[in-house]
Amino acid sequence: MPPSPPPEAPGRDRQPLIFETGSPGRSAFSWPEEPSLAAEVLPAGLVRADIPGFPEMGELEVLRHFTRLSQRNFGIETNFYPLGSCTMKYNPKVNEAAARLPGFALAHPLAPAALVQGAMELLYELERALAEIGGMDAVSLQPSAGAQGELTGLMVIRAYLKERGDPRRKVIVPDTAHGTNPASSTLCGYEVVQIPSNEEGVIDAPAVEKAMSEDVAALMVTNPNTLGLFEKHIEAAAAAVHARGGLVYLDGANLNALMGIAKPGDMGVDVLHMNLHKTFATPHGGGGPGAGPVAVKRFLADYLPVPRVEKQDGMFRWVEDCPKSIGRVRSFFGNFGVLVRAYAYILALGADGLEEASRMALLNANYVRKKLEGHYSLAYEQPCMHECVFTDRLQHRHGVTTLDIAKRLLDYGFHPPTIYFPLVVSGALMIEPTETETPETLDAFVAAMIAIAEEAKNTPEVVKNAPHTTPVRRLDEARAARRPILRWEPPRQGGGENAG
Amino acid sequence: MRYTPHTADDKRRMLREIGLDSVEELFEQVPRSLRERARIRLPDGLSEPAVLRRLASLAARNGAASGWSFFLGGGSYHHAIPGAVDAIVSRSEFATSYTPYQPEVSQGTLQALFEFQTLVCQLTGMEAANAGVYDGASAAAEAVLMSRRVQPAGRRRVLVSRALHPQYRQVIATYLANLEGLRLEEVGYDASGVTDVAQLADRLGDDALCAVVGYPNFFGAVENLEPLRAACERAGAQLISVTTEPLALGLLKPPGEFGVPIAVGEGQSLGVPMAFGGPGFGFFATQKKFIRSLPGRLVGETVDVEGRRGFVLTLATREQHIRREKATSNICTSQTLCALAATVYLSLLGRSGLRRLAEINLSRAHRAEALLAARAGLRRRFSAPFFNEFVVQSRDPEALMRRCAEHKIVPGIPLGRWYPELADAVLVCVTEMNEGEEIEKLATIAAA
Repeated sequence: MPPSPPPEAPGRDRQPLIFETGSPGRSAFSWPEEPSLAAEVLPAGLVRADIPGFPEMGELEVLRHFTRLSQRNFGIETNFYPLGSCTMKYNPKVNEAAARLPGFALAHPLAPAALVQGAMELLYELERALAEIGGMDAVSLQPSAGAQGELTGLMVIRAYLKERGDPRRKVIVPDTAHGTNPASSTLCGYEVVQIPSNEEGVIDAPAVEKAMSEDVAALMVTNPNTLGLFEKHIEAAAAAVHARGGLVYLDGANLNALMGIAKPGDMGVDVLHMNLHKTFATPHGGGGPGAGPVAVKRFLADYLPVPRVEKQDGMFRWVEDCPKSIGRVRSFFGNFGVLVRAYAYILALGADGLEEASRMALLNANYVRKKLEGHYSLAYEQPCMHECVFTDRLQHRHGVTTLDIAKRLLDYGFHPPTIYFPLVVSGALMIEPTETETPETLDAFVAAMIAIAEEAKNTPEVVKNAPHTTPVRRLDEARAARRPILRWEPPRQGGGENAG
Repeated sequence: MRYTPHTADDKRRMLREIGLDSVEELFEQVPRSLRERARIRLPDGLSEPAVLRRLASLAARNGAASGWSFFLGGGSYHHAIPGAVDAIVSRSEFATSYTPYQPEVSQGTLQALFEFQTLVCQLTGMEAANAGVYDGASAAAEAVLMSRRVQPAGRRRVLVSRALHPQYRQVIATYLANLEGLRLEEVGYDASGVTDVAQLADRLGDDALCAVVGYPNFFGAVENLEPLRAACERAGAQLISVTTEPLALGLLKPPGEFGVPIAVGEGQSLGVPMAFGGPGFGFFATQKKFIRSLPGRLVGETVDVEGRRGFVLTLATREQHIRREKATSNICTSQTLCALAATVYLSLLGRSGLRRLAEINLSRAHRAEALLAARAGLRRRFSAPFFNEFVVQSRDPEALMRRCAEHKIVPGIPLGRWYPELADAVLVCVTEMNEGEEIEKLATIAAA
């Protein structure tokens, strides 16, 4: 047996901050010397003295640091990652190669349009493909993320109603909505009216009708909803909203369940956003970049953000002059690099492949649901779409909670499902296997979940104290919030490390 | 091609376990009327080589790929990116992970973001930073919204310098258009190309919320933040600095040293390819007293049950997770992978490399400026100090653009589309990627 390493050695259990390594004078920057004009052209009062505390490391040192950090991370290429509502599917490598083509990676956004026709054609074609998949008419690719797409979509609704001389103040959001929905509504200046889902876990038209008034701008609904259920009354609900002059917004974060199965545009939806980093297989990158295009019905097209890309006589051009547009929601044209990946994914799959993706997402989710039934309590009995929601009701009687189950899964080598969401389910465990997983992986996951259910009965302490095998164990989140330390600071003279 | 692994046998076995005969039975909860119309009308899928061929042919139609010389900045900058940066951000443990909701298996992302927050603080001279937002323009809009949260309610006027990036001004306007009561006003620039301090001082008043200026500004000019901050402070308003070229902060006095309360910007310059304008990332820094009002994601240090240091997402109660309709912002992404690229990039350059690279940029831009003036008669339009971008006057910018295009050169960005009064002006950018010969050639052709 090898001797155990000294406790302070860098590695799995400990990796110093970059500020705590390196040595004064070290740098990986290498460039031929060039005389500097800084002293001649900049007034002394505008020049900084130094950057105290900045890293000083060699190239290999930097690489080792970040490689070691990467080893303290789960990604979908290292572990099964069934995060509900987050859609962690495989990110095809060919997409990465496409995004790195110099013609895309080195394209400047303010280059004359004649020099970026390839990039513009890609944007144009992607807009059309997304419109077709969503059953919508016009698309803006500008929003940088799903939540920015929500905000953009609501702004479009607001601009349209204002233009019609019918400004309204409220947005109806079901209790099963994504957390960003109410936040986006507020940021758009709306008051949020929450409505409950019924005993089946979906909204019904009477509930919408009851909440509806001449002051409601929109119903903002997620379909399939965050319980993994299809909002089967959506057409009736949409009719109720339209009858009183409101619009229907669909949060398309769960579009992965719908491709070829149902088009939002056919459900009475007026505005839809799509998360390319979910349905269209672009990597989540630890929390971004994503992209959140917004699709609308024809009567709202004029309100989309500028610029729009148009095709005229075989040439693509930017159109900025759109008097009804809400304006611009970010610089340039959106997260283009993400859009390239999504376009490559759509090209590779085509209509059949996209439809098969959704079908297999449903198959995998229902398979997991069936296999875990009885071992965990289901939140709702009916078949699910691409994710299923269990609760900790059966384990709770042994003092084991959803959080404990999630942490114990880490010991088994699985990323936990989404937990405590949706908020309407107590102790929720929301599992979304996605379509790219084999049944063998699902079986292994199910076996781990069942083993944990057994442990909860027989050796609950093992579960309650999990994880046992990760680089760090349960972290004190309350302390982090109570005494926030958000940055490293140089040690003070005479000891005392990293005072906040 | 497909990325689903299921064989026909797999499907049969799985359906049998579920107790169904066909996959279609799984979506019976979807009304038939919707199912019947759901067919997607797109071409069939392509093989991997065919996908690459199609994309390579689109990429090849972009000038960048075929030996052009660009002198373009304006918020997106061509800088050298060390190979080590892509090697790290390509690692799938980083690229294919999600938001670090389970900190025990996300210490890689969390520690890197903690390091990123620290680097942003060091670069801007500020006390606290978030883990990144979408881009520089939305960071500027979020900065105004944060100012509204921390300032007294009666302050409603938002002053924006006309020398701030025009697209950033547009984004601020879009965000504010939906919020009752906030009014956007523009402040002009002076003859030297920086925000007109006297005009700003005049326009401030006890109902002014904040003033937003570029540092360096859209003309590449280095604003003196001292008098701007002082004027704002006298009126009780906040100065917000916006940096589109953060490399400049390797050399320039950072906003924090001027006492600026909120400093934001775009980070693309720091190790992220231009990629036709995105993704990059927005950075956002402020003073310690405002940390609970910061938008976006924050990573904090803590300990685990065994006392080991670890990192977690923190102060999330400000966010969309809890008290959702009271959230300070709806931001749900931090452009983490791009922030990671910047963290690796800045670690590689380090304390001395960052300054040297900033000096190279400034020096090359100034040599180019002198050459364009001497050889081509393209004189500077403004006199304020500049970093790596400057505005030149040309009688006919369109003709200049056409003449240069014949030699595969894009000399800069004509400013007339945003500034009618600068219809005779072009914004030229020179970075370490523009070699001496290229600059010589530009001067020669511009002179013709």
